[in-house]
Amino acid sequence: MADKPVRVFLVDDHGLFRAGVKAELDSITDEVEVVGEAGTVGEAVAGIGHKKPDVVLLDVHMPDGGGAEVLRRTRPDNPDVVFLALSVSDAAEDVIAVIRAGARGYVTKTISSHELVRAVVRVSDGDAVFSPRLAGFVLDAFADRPGAAPISDPELDLLTPRERDVLRLLARGYAYKEIAAELFISVKTVETHVSSVLRKTQLSNRYELSRWASDRRLV
Amino acid sequence: MDADLERVARDRDKAVVDDQVKMHRRRSGRAVAGVAGGLADHLGIAVLWVRLAFAVLAAFGGAGVMAYGLLWVFVRQARDEPKQTEVSSREKQQARGLLAMGIGLAVGVGALSGMLNGWVAGGIAVTLVGAALVWREADEEQRRRWKPGRSALFRVLTGAVLVVTGIAVFLALSVNLDQMQFALLAVIATLAGVAVLTIPFWLRLVRDLGDERTQRIRTEERAEIAAHLHDSVLQTLALIQKQNDAPREVMRLARGQERQLRGWLYGPSGYGGGRPGDSGGSEPTVLSEAIALACGEVEDTFAIKVLHVVVGDCPLDERLTGMVYAAREATVNAAKHAGVGEVSVYAEVDQDSVEIFVRDRGKGFDPSTVPEDRHGLADSIRGRMERGGGELRLRTGLGEGTEVHLRMPREPIASKKGN
Repeated sequence: MADKPVRVFLVDDHGLFRAGVKAELDSITDEVEVVGEAGTVGEAVAGIGHKKPDVVLLDVHMPDGGGAEVLRRTRPDNPDVVFLALSVSDAAEDVIAVIRAGARGYVTKTISSHELVRAVVRVSDGDAVFSPRLAGFVLDAFADRPGAAPISDPELDLLTPRERDVLRLLARGYAYKEIAAELFISVKTVETHVSSVLRKTQLSNRYELSRWASDRRLV
Repeated sequence: MDADLERVARDRDKAVVDDQVKMHRRRSGRAVAGVAGGLADHLGIAVLWVRLAFAVLAAFGGAGVMAYGLLWVFVRQARDEPKQTEVSSREKQQARGLLAMGIGLAVGVGALSGMLNGWVAGGIAVTLVGAALVWREADEEQRRRWKPGRSALFRVLTGAVLVVTGIAVFLALSVNLDQMQFALLAVIATLAGVAVLTIPFWLRLVRDLGDERTQRIRTEERAEIAAHLHDSVLQTLALIQKQNDAPREVMRLARGQERQLRGWLYGPSGYGGGRPGDSGGSEPTVLSEAIALACGEVEDTFAIKVLHVVVGDCPLDERLTGMVYAAREATVNAAKHAGVGEVSVYAEVDQDSVEIFVRDRGKGFDPSTVPEDRHGLADSIRGRMERGGGELRLRTGLGEGTEVHLRMPREPIASKKGN
C-alpha cells in the first residue's frame, strides 16, 4: 500500500454524485485524495492529461460516448493511470464493455464508502476489482456451453480451474481474504488470479465477449 | 431515472451511428448527384473507379445509366457532411468526361446495335438530361427548403422543356403507327414524362411521412416513460418522504423501487427487451427470474439487501422450483437471524446440476443447539431438497457467518439444452 495518498480523479456527469463521493472520500480516510473532477468526456480527457491522477473513478453512462470514450481517448497518452468504473447499471454489456475498454475494475454506485476506498487502493496497486456481479458475468461469458464459439487461443479463451474457483467465490460474496483462506492460498495469489482473469476478459475473443463489445461498437 | 434517460440518449446515438453506416449521396464535390461519390465513400475506394464503372456499364443497354438513376432516387442525400470534399479542377474535368462518355456509350451502343434507332436514342438521351436537371434542382431545393431563385426556376424549366422535347422527338418518330396506337403511345409518354419530372417530389412526400411517423413513435415512447416514472418512481418518492422517520421502511421502499426500475430498464421482459410493463407480474419461467423474484420478495419483507448473481440459466421445472423455495427460505433465515444488512445469493447452472449458495457474514450458529421445534432448516430447506433428489450442506459457526449450499441434479432431458 502506498504511503502517499492515492490521487483520485472523479468523472461523472452528475455534479451531485461527484460532490457526494468527494465528501465521503475526504472525510473517512487519508488513503485517498480527490485531486480533480470532470462532468463531461472532454473535461475528463483534458483533466486527466493535466492532473495525472493515480486512479480515475469513471462513470459508465455519460453523454458523448460515456466512460468507454474517456478510456479510449486518455489511455494511449496516460498508460500509468488506472481506471475504476462506477455505475448504477448492472447490465452485462455495460460491465463487460467498460472492462474491455481497459478499466481495471467495476463497482456499482451503491457500494459503501469504505469498500470504495478499498477498491481504489486495490486498483492503484495494480490489482483488479471484481464485484460479485462482474464475477458472475465473466463466468457466464467463459462458460463452456454446447454451441459456444470455438476456442481459438486456449491461453486467452479459457479460464483455469483455479481462476474459476476464485471467480465463483467472488460471485458468492467472499472477500479476497476469505477466498484465500477457503482455497488455502495467499491473498497475493488471489489477486494474481483475478488480474489474470481481467486480462483474459479484455483480450479474449470469445463469442459472448466480442458480441457484447461489438453491440456497443467498442471493438 | 437518469440511467433511463441516458439509455434513450445512447439509443439515439446508436441511431446516428447506424445512419452513418448507410450509404449517402455526397453533398459536396459532386458531378451530377453525388451518387458515385457516395458509393465510393461507402465502399472506401476512389471515386474515379466508381464513375468509370458507371460509364462502362452504360454501354450495356444503358445499365450504368439505369443504376445511377435508381441510386439517385433511393439513396438519400447526406444530411450534413463532416468534411467538405475538395475537388480539383482536374477531377471535375475527369468527371465530366466520364459523364459524356457514359451517355455517349449508352446512346451510341444502343443505336449501333440496332436496338434503338438513332433518333429514338437521341430522344431518350435528351429526356434523361432534362430529368437529371430537374432532379438535381430538387436536391438543391431540399437543402434550401423552397426558396426558388430565378436561376433555379430557369433550370427546372429547362429540364422540363428538355423532357418534353425528348418525348416529342420520340413520338414524332412513331408517325408510321396508326391513329389509335399513336394516341395511346402519346398518353403513355406524357404520363411517363410527368412521372419522371415529379419523382423527387413524391419521394420527398413519402420520406416526410416516414419522418413524421418516427417522430410520433418517439413522442409516444416518451409519454410511456413519463407515465411509468410517474406511477412507480414518483409514488415511491412520495412514500419515502412520508416515512422519513422510519429508516428501515425507507430502505425497503428504495430497494424495492430500484429493483423494479432495473427490471423495467434492463430486464429481459423490461423496457430494453421490448415488452413494457413490470417483470414481476407474471410467473417466472426460468431459474434466473425465479431467483430474482425470490430475492426481491425477501428484500421487501425484511428490508435487507439481497445480492444475487446467476451464472447460466435453464427452464424452471418442479424440482428447481422447490430448490428456489429452499433458497428463499435460507435467505429468509439469514435475514431474520444473522443480524446483517446484506445476504449474497449465488446460483450456477451446470450441465447436470444446479447449485445455489446463500451466504451471510452474520452471527452464525451452532446447528446442534437448534431446538427441535424450529423447523426452518430441517423441513422447508432440507425437506424440499431431498424430495427433489438434491442435497444440502451447511457451513456455519458462531461468529463466522452462515453459508447454505444447495445442490440439485437437473432433469436428464433438459440437461443438454444449456442456455
